[in-house]
Amino acid sequence: MTKEELIIPENKIYGKPTLMNDTPMHYCPGCSHGVVHKLVAEIIEEMGMEEDTIAICPVGCAVFAYRYVDIDWIEASHGRAPACASAIRRLWPNKLVFTYQGDGDMACIGTGETIHALNRGENIAMIFINNAIYGMTGGQMAPTTLMGMKTATCPYGRQADLHGYPLHITDIAATLEGTCYVTRQAVNTVANIRKAKKAIRQAFDNAINKRGCSLVEIVSTCASGWKMTPEQANQWMTDNMFPYYPLGDLKNTVKL
Amino acid sequence: MDNKEKDFVLLKGNEVIAKAAIRYGYDGFFGYPITPQSEVLETLAADKPWETTGMVVLQAESELASINMLYGAGCTGKLVFTSSSSPGVALMQEGISYMSACEIPGVIVSVGRGGPGLGTIQPGQADYHQAVYGGGNGDYRTIVLAPNSVQEMGDCMGKAAKLTFKWRVPVIVLSDGMIGQMMEKVELPPFTPRRTEEEIGQQCPWATNGIGLKHRKYNFMSSLEFDPQTMEDRNQKMADKYRQIEAEEVDYELYKVNEDTEYLIVAYGISSRVSMKAVDLLCEAGVKIGMLRPKTLWPFPNKAISQLSERIKSILCVEQCEGQMINDVRLATEGQATVYHSGRSGGMVSSPTDVVEDFKRMARENLSKNWPKGYWMK
Ligand SMILES: Cc1ncc(C[n+]2csc(CCOP(=O)(O)OP(=O)(O)O)c2C)c(N)n1
Ligand code: SF4
Ligand SMILES: [Mg+2]
Repeated sequence: MTKEELIIPENKIYGKPTLMNDTPMHYCPGCSHGVVHKLVAEIIEEMGMEEDTIAICPVGCAVFAYRYVDIDWIEASHGRAPACASAIRRLWPNKLVFTYQGDGDMACIGTGETIHALNRGENIAMIFINNAIYGMTGGQMAPTTLMGMKTATCPYGRQADLHGYPLHITDIAATLEGTCYVTRQAVNTVANIRKAKKAIRQAFDNAINKRGCSLVEIVSTCASGWKMTPEQANQWMTDNMFPYYPLGDLKNTVKL
Repeated sequence: MDNKEKDFVLLKGNEVIAKAAIRYGYDGFFGYPITPQSEVLETLAADKPWETTGMVVLQAESELASINMLYGAGCTGKLVFTSSSSPGVALMQEGISYMSACEIPGVIVSVGRGGPGLGTIQPGQADYHQAVYGGGNGDYRTIVLAPNSVQEMGDCMGKAAKLTFKWRVPVIVLSDGMIGQMMEKVELPPFTPRRTEEEIGQQCPWATNGIGLKHRKYNFMSSLEFDPQTMEDRNQKMADKYRQIEAEEVDYELYKVNEDTEYLIVAYGISSRVSMKAVDLLCEAGVKIGMLRPKTLWPFPNKAISQLSERIKSILCVEQCEGQMINDVRLATEGQATVYHSGRSGGMVSSPTDVVEDFKRMARENLSKNWPKGYWMK
């Protein structure tokens, strides 16, 4: 069989979502951001929500998310995406509104906005890329940096007396009455990517159907910030991040 | 609130802000309590406009959140406002800079109190710099309206709504605790329906609300640029717009100014109300004095002040702070007239006789030698 005979529409089993454009991504090789972007694009397309989605991107490596997925995006100032999204969702009751944030954005500078949007039960979805580091600014300590983990601002490793402890923002979210779905996922294997997609899809469904606030944490790699190869980063995440940030649902009040 | 509410009512300035916003068809309010403007949110909460006009009202977790709610809502083409007072408006500066950078409409009501820091809860005008020059980063300007009556508090909400969409710049309504708290008879505006989503789609093709996405390129709002040249191009485009605003939107009022006028008072907000009385007292005593009241603080009535400066002896700038607008008045005179400061601060407000006394001192040119011209040692 020739190549031409094989590559025909009937044989197509997988393709790039059409909402994803051809702009070259600025993400480093092996970065989780790109995979999650693709999932978001796929889901919005599958839901047919292109014209009814308003997305809020953060300040962090995903600041340019708007360049890659062809929907309307707003870049919020550092940490304020949940406030932005809350107002928009209330003013546009028929739209899908979601935020896409890193750990510094969501769990440090924007902790106040995050907790209050979650607790008000805003009908929005929050996607939380936890790579335990400030990727964009060059690998400084994040609120989720693990104990002993080395970063540019804790070069001898995170230690309690100097830096305090990692913040479990997702666990906090699960205790809040306004949240309906809080889950922790990863995109390091095909199986995990499938699960993460299902989780984001459910968070979006919850938002549209006014079930309250959903938070999907994606435990992620930052090979550059961690100063590793993509392969090493995946292994390091499996060995160190997963035991500390175990994957799975923390809360799901939605009985479908 | 119901549509049976009377059109002529006795209300506080802050209450009128709320009621006028509902009637002008605002889509939303986001704010955090602070004296002396808490009646804005309280009135909205009591009137429940979400049940009548559909206006959204949300008590935010902070002023930081409020202004970013404004930013998000404005990005989608909705007409929204927030209200706060001095320390709260300080927290909004980042958001105002972001709104300016992305050319996002939104109205910020600032009801000034005594400062700096937590200051006092009494009326103040020490936030002139904060409003007119801004505390956010970058090359940006905001239109600043200065009401001096309860009636104008309401009127400014209509004017601000128009201007913020016409120019796509944030508009600040700079008031003070006195105008916010005092009660006067007002005529409320007629009800204007809120724009439908279709109307927003037609009027705001730039907005990030998804409308018509299948037939257009996607929209995004971002102030980040990697290329300094692109950023400079954006800044220059904005600067051109600002020059146009300066040419078209200046608004001021003259009080008892005529060909014989020898002295001028420049004052806005509560100071203009106090100064009006001072002008009356001085005119009765035979002094040829009048007042210029800027109704827009940016753009500032430079030309009017410059032209008057050619033929008057001196100017008394009355403001309830230690001297902020006075610098703009001095620049506007282009050196043709000396400008003196008059006013109290920290929450104290001048009486008309205070202004008259300061006028007398100005007229005597009673200056201390080692004190900059225009200021008196107290
Ligand atoms: C007010 C403000 N403070 C600091 C910064 C600089 N800054 C940009 S991104 C960032 C950290 C982002 O980290 P994170 O949210 O974890 O995202 P990541 O890049 O890791 O995906 C910081 C501190 C900023 N842009 N604005
Ligand atoms: S620095 Fe880290 S988070 Fe940013 S693109 Fe590179 S790998 Fe991804
Ligand atoms: Mg991070």
